Amino acid sequence: MDEAMENNELEVVENEPLEVPSESHSDVITYDENEEYLLEVNHLKVYFDVLGGEVKAVDDVSFALKAGETMGIVGESGCGKTTTAFSINRLLPDNGHIKGGYIKYKGKKIAEPDPEITGLMKDRKKRKLYKEKEAMMAPIRWKEIAMIFQSAMNAFNPVHTIGAQIVEAIQAHEDVSEDEAMERARNLFKMVGLPPERVTGYPHEFSGGMRQRAMIAMALACNPSLLIADEPTTALDVIMQDRILAEIKRLQKKFGISMIIITHDVSVVAETADKIMVMYAGKMMEYGNISEVFHHPAHPYTIGLLGSFPSIKGEKKKLKSIPGSPPDLVNPPKGCRFHPRCKLAKPICMEEEPPIVELSDGHWAACHFAREIYSGELKEE
Amino acid sequence: MAEKVIINVKKLKKYFPVRGGLMSSFGSGKEQKFVHAVDNISFTIKQGEVFSLVGESGCGKTTTGRLLTRLEDPTSGHIYFHKRDIANLEGKDLKSFRRNVQMIFQDPYESLNPRLTVFSTVAEPLLVHHVGDTIDEREDLVAKALEAAELKPAMEYLHRYPHELSGGQRQRVAIARALALRPEFIVADEPVSMLDVSIRAGILNLLLDLKAKYGIPYLFITHDLSVARYMSDRIGVMYLGTIVETGESEKVIKNPHHPYTRALLSSVPVPDPDYKRERKKIKGDLPSPINVPKGCRFYPRCIFAKKGICDRKDPPVVEVEPGHFVKCHFAADIPAMDGKADEEMEEKVELGEQLLQETMNSAGNDEEEIEFV
Repeated sequence: MDEAMENNELEVVENEPLEVPSESHSDVITYDENEEYLLEVNHLKVYFDVLGGEVKAVDDVSFALKAGETMGIVGESGCGKTTTAFSINRLLPDNGHIKGGYIKYKGKKIAEPDPEITGLMKDRKKRKLYKEKEAMMAPIRWKEIAMIFQSAMNAFNPVHTIGAQIVEAIQAHEDVSEDEAMERARNLFKMVGLPPERVTGYPHEFSGGMRQRAMIAMALACNPSLLIADEPTTALDVIMQDRILAEIKRLQKKFGISMIIITHDVSVVAETADKIMVMYAGKMMEYGNISEVFHHPAHPYTIGLLGSFPSIKGEKKKLKSIPGSPPDLVNPPKGCRFHPRCKLAKPICMEEEPPIVELSDGHWAACHFAREIYSGELKEE
Repeated sequence: MAEKVIINVKKLKKYFPVRGGLMSSFGSGKEQKFVHAVDNISFTIKQGEVFSLVGESGCGKTTTGRLLTRLEDPTSGHIYFHKRDIANLEGKDLKSFRRNVQMIFQDPYESLNPRLTVFSTVAEPLLVHHVGDTIDEREDLVAKALEAAELKPAMEYLHRYPHELSGGQRQRVAIARALALRPEFIVADEPVSMLDVSIRAGILNLLLDLKAKYGIPYLFITHDLSVARYMSDRIGVMYLGTIVETGESEKVIKNPHHPYTRALLSSVPVPDPDYKRERKKIKGDLPSPINVPKGCRFYPRCIFAKKGICDRKDPPVVEVEPGHFVKCHFAADIPAMDGKADEEMEEKVELGEQLLQETMNSAGNDEEEIEFV
């Protein structure tokens, strides 16, 4: 173990047993051998220890992202979308553990289950080990994978100027002088459309939209290859939301950054992403190319979600609601987790976990009847 | 057919005084400043109609809702409820008015008392207004209200506490509480913005069903134009305390005339990945409602602003098509001007920025008085 740490290697020692992905799925999402992926998430499971059991926050989620691609993760609150993002950057709280699967970044494993540090956080030695292992993430966090947090209001430290906070982030990763770093902070401000002289301002002197822009500037400070935006515009008004999204998209294109955008708003994903993953109760429900999923959804939950959004364009349609409410993740429903709310549920859905079915090239859905729904044979009344 | 007008708001104003710092209390002779939350708005709501107020945060839409339920006292103006001015009601009269008007709040996690059961929560308005003499009678009324809000069977919910309910169920309890007194008018302030997406549609449909069933008119307050379009018969777009455009919802959405409405609509994302949206430019941020711009409030951000007109005179309200009103000097010409705008966009944006700079400078100047008519 120590050797690995001294070398500051990201790969975890070879002979550790890897949890075999559950065999319950007849099909699994396969990666194209010829493609090079920036990020691969394979059968990721993240559980939280809580009083009275385990919360299966993320349960068997797989996806892959190429350089320059944008993926949207959509779902309701508590469906595991933020947990998925946090496990990529290993920012999980102490009681959260990766229980299965792995995450690869640029071909190197950056997260996988680690029995040595699981469930024993009260032990000080183990805790120390955990901290040391965590330190291995340091060269990746922010330098390679940066995040835009939901509430920039709380993400900045109120007692330091925004410039100082950006300088701190730059200096943590690169050996540059303070003046140089400050100069870069000014340039970053210019890039995101803020007056450069405002770098000396404190967070409270900025409006919501400006703070979100400053957050983007900070995320781009170390030229990351992957940007994770967790509800980047949820707290903002439409006009500001539109501007921020346009800004993110412009910078992402300019620097060829890959992005994961997490939101509950399908229209935001429709406008920004190339791929979409729909999550429900910790499970991946549907995954694929954006226009494919929007025009030919194959999972009842996706259909329900798309049908419950009003639009200002086109004909005014009656909204369809999804009955019931999301399940308790300590005791998720048996079989398909969506079955209690599904209008198409059949006895098999209550018993067996649905397989992940590939419907067309790169379009997957986790439903017993995905093929029938996709082909139009099975429809809601 | 002359439809029955339930609410008629005329020249309603609400200014909140700004508390100065310690130094200002030493009386330097400066004028008391005000936040112009609602500034001279007029509209009507007819029987069985949903009227939506949309706008960005801080535009005064919530304050308008609170004024209509008399949770705030208006600075001036009139609110006619069934032709009776309720703007200055007090005491008993106010209480009897309030029986007829109910409000649904944004956050069901905060608007319900965690220590009251569903029954106590929904029965509270009945107790306040002495409706239902015995507990059985009240229980009956509560059960009816819960069932109207689609909490069935009502008996199952009566003795539960809010923490035992999901977000959607909580909002239904809040709706049941509003319905318990059979109000004649409901103000719904962002009733779905705190709810999960899969539950929103259910609540919106419930509100529409209740409207159809009981003919209750709503004032629906939202920042989401898509939701406003879905819910309402008519829409009023608010900007910095004034209504800049009002009309039937489809007319306003499909054929907007005010530059602000146009910009706002073009910013709304569309849930269709193949739809290419044309973005209208709008400069700067919402100005402070303390130092509101002279003339048209939108001119510093408007790409069509003409110097000498827009920055001087308060724009008139123009009827561009039947029932569709726009508060703009160039209301009728805007759609045509907008077509040409793309070519001259940069130039106009520059002008807008220049104007914005000027107002910012003048706003910083305390000596300058700002007139209000």
